[in-house]
Amino acid sequence: MQQLLEQLASGLANGAIYACVALALVMIYVSTDHLNFAQGEMAMFSTYISWQLMNWGLNFWVAFVGAILISFVMGVLIERVILRPLHNAPVLSIVVVFIGLLAICNSMAGAIWSYLIKEYPSPFPKSSFGIAGVIGPHQLGVVLVTLVVLTLLFVFFRFTPLGLAMRAAAQNPQMARLVGVRVDWMLALGWGLAAAVGAVAGMMVAHIVYLDPNMMGGILLYAFASALIGGIGNPGGAVVGGFIVGVLENMVAYAGNMIEKTTGVYIIGNGEKLTVALIIVIFVLTLKPAGLFGRVVVKRV
Amino acid sequence: MTPLLEVKGLKAFYGTTQSLYDVNFEIPSGGITTLLGANGAGKTTTLRAICNMVRTEGMIRFDGQEIGRMATEEIVRRRIAHVPEGRGTFTSLTVDENLRIAAYTRRDKAAVKEELARVFDYFPRLKERIQQQAGTLSGGEQQMLAIARALMLKPRLMLLDEPSFGLAPLIVLEIFRILRRINEEEKVSILLVEQNAALALDLASHAYVLETGKVVMSGPSSVVKNDENIRKSYLGY
Repeated sequence: MQQLLEQLASGLANGAIYACVALALVMIYVSTDHLNFAQGEMAMFSTYISWQLMNWGLNFWVAFVGAILISFVMGVLIERVILRPLHNAPVLSIVVVFIGLLAICNSMAGAIWSYLIKEYPSPFPKSSFGIAGVIGPHQLGVVLVTLVVLTLLFVFFRFTPLGLAMRAAAQNPQMARLVGVRVDWMLALGWGLAAAVGAVAGMMVAHIVYLDPNMMGGILLYAFASALIGGIGNPGGAVVGGFIVGVLENMVAYAGNMIEKTTGVYIIGNGEKLTVALIIVIFVLTLKPAGLFGRVVVKRV
Repeated sequence: MTPLLEVKGLKAFYGTTQSLYDVNFEIPSGGITTLLGANGAGKTTTLRAICNMVRTEGMIRFDGQEIGRMATEEIVRRRIAHVPEGRGTFTSLTVDENLRIAAYTRRDKAAVKEELARVFDYFPRLKERIQQQAGTLSGGEQQMLAIARALMLKPRLMLLDEPSFGLAPLIVLEIFRILRRINEEEKVSILLVEQNAALALDLASHAYVLETGKVVMSGPSSVVKNDENIRKSYLGY
């Protein structure tokens, strides 16, 4: 029982990270119809920025907020400078740009901070104030921080005029222009917010996976799975999908352990949990191609 | 008196295809003007051209100021409200959000609230549906919502693209009655594009007839309505 709860807790903590990155992916997807392959690397770069700020003597939370702000500006700039000229470009050109962006972020981080794996601090107190030793302090902190960020985003999109304008611009750009919304800026703002949310995920996960230029590779894969399972056009779905995938992978590992313990037969361990989790994702998608919360889009041709 | 909107030598292009050739017309301040013509004559394109949603050449002057090179959203912010063809609403947003989005740049909350109340006075049905998603409204209600949203922009000129499209005759009459009220009470000038020429000529004081991207005739509605030649050759009734 104890072990099950521990796995559940660690699944929720991982899930929180996936939820953030998945949400960043979906935020760009709903307004542009493109999946940003560089989302993970952008988050990694942001995490390095926070590390650098801490290295210059700033406190974790100051560096945290600083990195979020810098990431936001970078996101806006990437949209305005790199993607704006490609507004009417074919999908494939944009995919190539995203992959280029991925490679650039990766090698720039390597060039500036080297490929050596670095330790990354946890901002949460070491003492095990966790609930009955089930959930560690860092895991609990990660879940709380992400929940705060997700709530802030929800409030922003749901209750502020600017959030409303961004939703309108994503849903129907041309009509949004007809009510005076500056759609181009809304897109750039969306990129900024996505970069900021990704940065939160990077800074929360770095303590667990350590800081290196390839730290987000696996996480991006999980985030894609989360976004797909939730329904790629649905921000709330992406968040729920993130938690589902996080818990799922740990439950798979737990089930594997239990089987091994009781029967002595090794079927699934930690090494296979990604594979099994992704198989389950594929299974879900074959049954519900639009994702659990997605709607089937019918387009007139 | 200078006209509210002045269009001279307007050409419009979709890619390399030219669809307006030499469109000239004027809209006086405060009136209702209608743009008539058969399918493909360029009525919708003319409205889109005014809001710079297609590539254009020529002169478009609003309130004495050239707006032909401005971005759509800047033209709208000069208070030209465009109600696009067919159910022009944000279907996944609620009725309330659809209306508020039009006022999102404004800081004076009290004035916006007052306007919402006035809009509901014109369209009481929308008030009952305020938290409903726009996509779940009936066709007539969606058209009303699109006009209501345009009103929230506090427009000086309202461009209406076929408000009768696909609606039951009774609903169309209701909408046209409201349009007349809006014109009189809010002092909003209206440029109306319609297939239903008889209806449009009843509402408008002045009419322009388009054919294959050119204005072929114009005149007071009463004259156009009673000229059998025009009716037969251009309006088809």
